[in-house]
Amino acid sequence: MARIAGVDLPRSKRVEVALTYIFGIGPTSARNILSETGVDPDRRVHDLSDDEVNRIRRMIEAHYKVEGALRTEVSMNIKRLMDIGCYRGLRHRRGLPCRGQRTHTNARTHMGMRVAIAGKKKATKK
Amino acid sequence: MSRSIKKGPFISEKLLAKLRLMNSRNEKKVVKTWARASTISPEFVGHTLAVHNGNKFVPVYISENMVGHKLGEFAPTRLFRGHGGKLADKRSKAK
Repeated sequence: MARIAGVDLPRSKRVEVALTYIFGIGPTSARNILSETGVDPDRRVHDLSDDEVNRIRRMIEAHYKVEGALRTEVSMNIKRLMDIGCYRGLRHRRGLPCRGQRTHTNARTHMGMRVAIAGKKKATKK
Repeated sequence: MSRSIKKGPFISEKLLAKLRLMNSRNEKKVVKTWARASTISPEFVGHTLAVHNGNKFVPVYISENMVGHKLGEFAPTRLFRGHGGKLADKRSKAK
């Protein structure tokens, strides 16, 4: 059972891909970790020896900010923006996109599902 | 595209000079400014600047966290009062 940073890695996937299941590790850092620790990225997770898993685990603990710690950092950054009352903070408070995207349409990722407006007439076709 | 690092941050010279003078004299006055594009430098901390938003001056107290942001970020230029309906009418009157 390979458990790294509190996440169970999928056992039958290639290590390179399996490592990206950890929040904070994407394809690039996964590849870097494997080349640093000298593990073949094409091996499957269940083929790894305990020693290899430990090497990867130590590598991640020493050099990467992952999972909970990373999540708190991100939310602290957003909180900072909201506390100083800058434009980006205001946009975060209102749940709107803060990088200048249009909001007339789209922007649904940040705004969430559409809310129906009561009393709005539907366009009628003749 | 972000600004070239070679140039360093844009800080309004006039404003900086004014604030340096105030720092050396240890005085605190509200300084009116139109320099919304100016980056906030560490010299600004502790002062209150009145940043123009196109209509009037918004008082902004500069804290340490704000260093590196631009003055304009703290003086919104638009006022959203909600879309139509009774609810929006009430809200705009309240303001």
